[in-house]
Amino acid sequence: MEFIKKLFDDKFAKAAFLILSILYLLIIFADFIAPYSSNYSNREMSYAPPSQIYTINEKGKLSRPYTYNYIRKYDPALMQTVYKQDRCKKHYLRLLPKGEGYKFLGIIPTHRHLFGTNDGGQLYLLGTDINGRDVFSRLLFGGRISMTVGFLSLLIVFPIGLLYGGISGYFGGIIDTLMMRFAEAIMAIPSFYLLIILAAILPSGMTSVQRFALIVVILALIGWAGFARVVRGMVLSIKQEDFVQAEKVIGASTLRIILKHIIPQTTSYVIIAMTLSVPSYILAESGLSFLGLGIQQPDASWGNMLKEAQEFTNILYRPWLLAPGGLIFIAVLSFNILGDAIRDILDPKGEVRR
Amino acid sequence: MEFAKYILKRCLQTIPLLIIVSIISFFIIRLAPIDPLAELRLNPSISQETLNKEIKRLNLDKPIYIQYFSWAKSFIKGDLGYTSAGEKVSTKLKERIPNTLLLTVIVIFMTWIVGIPLGIFAAIKKGTVFDRILTVISSIGMAIPSFFFAILMLMFAVKTGWFPVGGLTSYNYNEMSFIGKLIDLSRHLCLPVIVLFTISLSGLQRQMRANMLEVLDSDYIKFARAKGLSEAKVIYKHALRNAINPMITLLGFEFAGLLSGAALTEYVFQYPGLGRLILEAVMKSDINLVMASLMMGTIMLILGNLIADILLMITDPRVRKTSAEVQ
Repeated sequence: MEFIKKLFDDKFAKAAFLILSILYLLIIFADFIAPYSSNYSNREMSYAPPSQIYTINEKGKLSRPYTYNYIRKYDPALMQTVYKQDRCKKHYLRLLPKGEGYKFLGIIPTHRHLFGTNDGGQLYLLGTDINGRDVFSRLLFGGRISMTVGFLSLLIVFPIGLLYGGISGYFGGIIDTLMMRFAEAIMAIPSFYLLIILAAILPSGMTSVQRFALIVVILALIGWAGFARVVRGMVLSIKQEDFVQAEKVIGASTLRIILKHIIPQTTSYVIIAMTLSVPSYILAESGLSFLGLGIQQPDASWGNMLKEAQEFTNILYRPWLLAPGGLIFIAVLSFNILGDAIRDILDPKGEVRR
Repeated sequence: MEFAKYILKRCLQTIPLLIIVSIISFFIIRLAPIDPLAELRLNPSISQETLNKEIKRLNLDKPIYIQYFSWAKSFIKGDLGYTSAGEKVSTKLKERIPNTLLLTVIVIFMTWIVGIPLGIFAAIKKGTVFDRILTVISSIGMAIPSFFFAILMLMFAVKTGWFPVGGLTSYNYNEMSFIGKLIDLSRHLCLPVIVLFTISLSGLQRQMRANMLEVLDSDYIKFARAKGLSEAKVIYKHALRNAINPMITLLGFEFAGLLSGAALTEYVFQYPGLGRLILEAVMKSDINLVMASLMMGTIMLILGNLIADILLMITDPRVRKTSAEVQ
């Protein structure tokens, strides 16, 4: 409790925590909040700009928020498709309208979404992509992947790193040398190069769940070595402590000493390292998907949504496609701030640096 | 003499490291379900003769460990084989590595020139408006994904038309005068350098600030102040020297980070560097090229660390002493 109070005393950390909570709520309830499903696509409406929402009607009076549908036209003079608003029919925004069916929280089947429009109105808060899919809805669904990949990878990295570093540091000698040389070799390969190679050799005929799981594993494979090295360094000094010697005298097994007495001593470092390394996993996943090597279409992830923003025409005329980049930025920034705050609290030496 | 001995020892230490790296990457690539010659086979301009030569060079008809030894043998001899387009891998690498080195060296140089003073300044003026603004800016710099920032810069370039987009040189580069060439090069380098510079500057500035604050808090600085030294002397003569040493160790890591960050930036800007080369090679499953550029990237990284270690020996007498004791 003391810890949480301290954390919330920091204005920035509080804001970061709030933003992250909102982001996670959004992605947990993505089915409900998003007006469309992640696979909904309207082929007639590729690259439609964001829907304008009006609260003041043409007579200048306050009105319930409404929007107009878009009509796609080909403009021969400009030689491109243009979208014009269909001004003859207003579509009012409604709370809890009926939409595509889904299972709320994966259990309760329902058709209700948080908001939407009535009778055939289209609501694209952030426009649509090349396949006429709603960018806003896909952002929420993409967040499910982008915001969880980091944590899942950490769940693999930390046990491996702790055990590897623990064993290496505890035994020392030739075992230590061999294990550390191997970890150093992994670290000596430029991590992004290794990442793209591992991602590229994944067979192509996988389901999206398998692919997601393997991306998590690959990210973990890159990250464990650096962590294990630091743990080893800590174990080297911890094993000199009296309580470890005492355990040895009592006759506790080696594994027990490592798992029950040495590794718990590294807890505060582990928590700090964990919060500080989540952003790098988010960045790695989005970078990989951005290159087309990570999460594949039709699944959404922030990285692969940003892939479309690489084309010059999209950069110039369809800036709404950049939205996923903004979200990655916000998520990473919040994690960084939160991580810094946690470090300052848990690591008394860090107090000096504030 | 001690010095030369130490460097020699460090160089020798990298050899087993390189061998392990090569084994790891070779097995990762070879155990993947990819036919290393698939592209070559499909390429009509590649004769059966070249194909047979490649099969023989890589010993593809023999077990994998023999393949590794034969690969390692030809790698040491400098024979890296052919790309799937039929070019020599070594010429391709010779073309790309200098470009990546140029980019990273410029960026490291610039970040140090700007980042170290900024870090020192922020530490001295800790808690002031200046320090707060710097902290905010560096948080932003650390959080923005390199490829997203690169896209934003690209957007800026396309909209304003101030910078050329893509490549390293213009199409009429060969006709330019020397100064014209220089200007053309720097105009092309501008955007990638800005992207990488901003991102690595933030980290460096923060680290320097943290080091400086830690040193300023130590007893010998308090003592220096207590005996009445001027503030300038305390900071530049006593604190700075100690705060900068950890930064030199970081130089190697910075180099590693830049190699990775550069890959995405190179990809977005279509910059002809090693990162983009390996990406293209990976997408085409061009095994020879992937293997060779992976090794080159690793060698560059190890060399970067080596240079950082040697620099540290020059600046930090303690390291010199302990390394002498080891021998």
